[in-house]
Amino acid sequence: MSARPAPAGRDDGPDRLYTVTGGRSRPPENVFDLVTLIVAEGGPAPGMQSELARILRICSAPTAVVEIAAELRMPVSVVKILLGDLLEAGRITARHPRFSPARRPGAARLPDLDTLKQVLDGLQQL
Amino acid sequence: MDSSSSDTALRPGRAPLRGTADNGMKIVVVGGFAVGKTTLVGSVSEIRPLNTEETMTRAGVGVDDPSAVPDKRSTTVAFDFGRITLSDENVLYLFGAPGQERFWFLWDRLFSGALGAVVLVDTRRLEESWYTIDRLEHHGTPFIVARNNFGEPTHGLDEVRSALDLPDDVPLVDCDARDRESAKQVLIALVRHLHTRVEASQRAGAAEEETTP
Repeated sequence: MSARPAPAGRDDGPDRLYTVTGGRSRPPENVFDLVTLIVAEGGPAPGMQSELARILRICSAPTAVVEIAAELRMPVSVVKILLGDLLEAGRITARHPRFSPARRPGAARLPDLDTLKQVLDGLQQL
Repeated sequence: MDSSSSDTALRPGRAPLRGTADNGMKIVVVGGFAVGKTTLVGSVSEIRPLNTEETMTRAGVGVDDPSAVPDKRSTTVAFDFGRITLSDENVLYLFGAPGQERFWFLWDRLFSGALGAVVLVDTRRLEESWYTIDRLEHHGTPFIVARNNFGEPTHGLDEVRSALDLPDDVPLVDCDARDRESAKQVLIALVRHLHTRVEASQRAGAAEEETTP
């Protein structure tokens, strides 16, 4: 899968990504999960960095971090940096996954029965 | 590039979630190259599967083959995903992830908190799955194994179980990744397995309490 060439038109040269994040390469740890749902608290402000403006428009409805990354064609870690800025500025809210177990290698990580029942019900209705 | 309508205009693959959606969940479909991960995800997803990537710096790579890394400072792994709206609040994301070695350095960062995993196997290349199963056990991610069965099977499932050295309590199911109903049954098999595991661990916890004064 990762051997596949990037889709044509993907504009993710290292220079551009460096510029987009103001030179930062590490996202704030553990703030955003891949499936944290992001909701914009309003539209873009005039003169706002174009990537931030795009995120706000995409997130007019709840949108997972990974969907934002796919839409912007940027690595997940870069998108998390931008989301961190928007969150700090109060321009987005983050709806975090309810199931997020501690990271203990080797330890079983199991959801609760109520969560599983909800998933099963949803799948059976497909 | 940034006309005001470009991101909100309706186009294939971009269907907004309900405003009430507030709980994202993850299931990971993991397997070797061309085993049918994206096909399975696409069969049940409400959106056309999307592709994205994550980069990691060399410091986070550990032992890797430098010849496989175009930029010596970082490497990139790509993965697909799809989405299923389960209810007004719950949204399930399905990730198709490669089982190759370098991917596992990113497992915790990407898939910590996954409900569980489906190991998709091709009986012609079962040995590719040994490493995947070993890594899932190491990370403590519950999983089932699904054989993607395109035509007449050349092996019985018991032979597959034996070749994979799969414990009896890990379900092994047949599927056709192209078929929506079949892909759905794989996910249901995983959730049922999780249910069994949770009940077993609760019984074990209760038994422990009884023996503790």
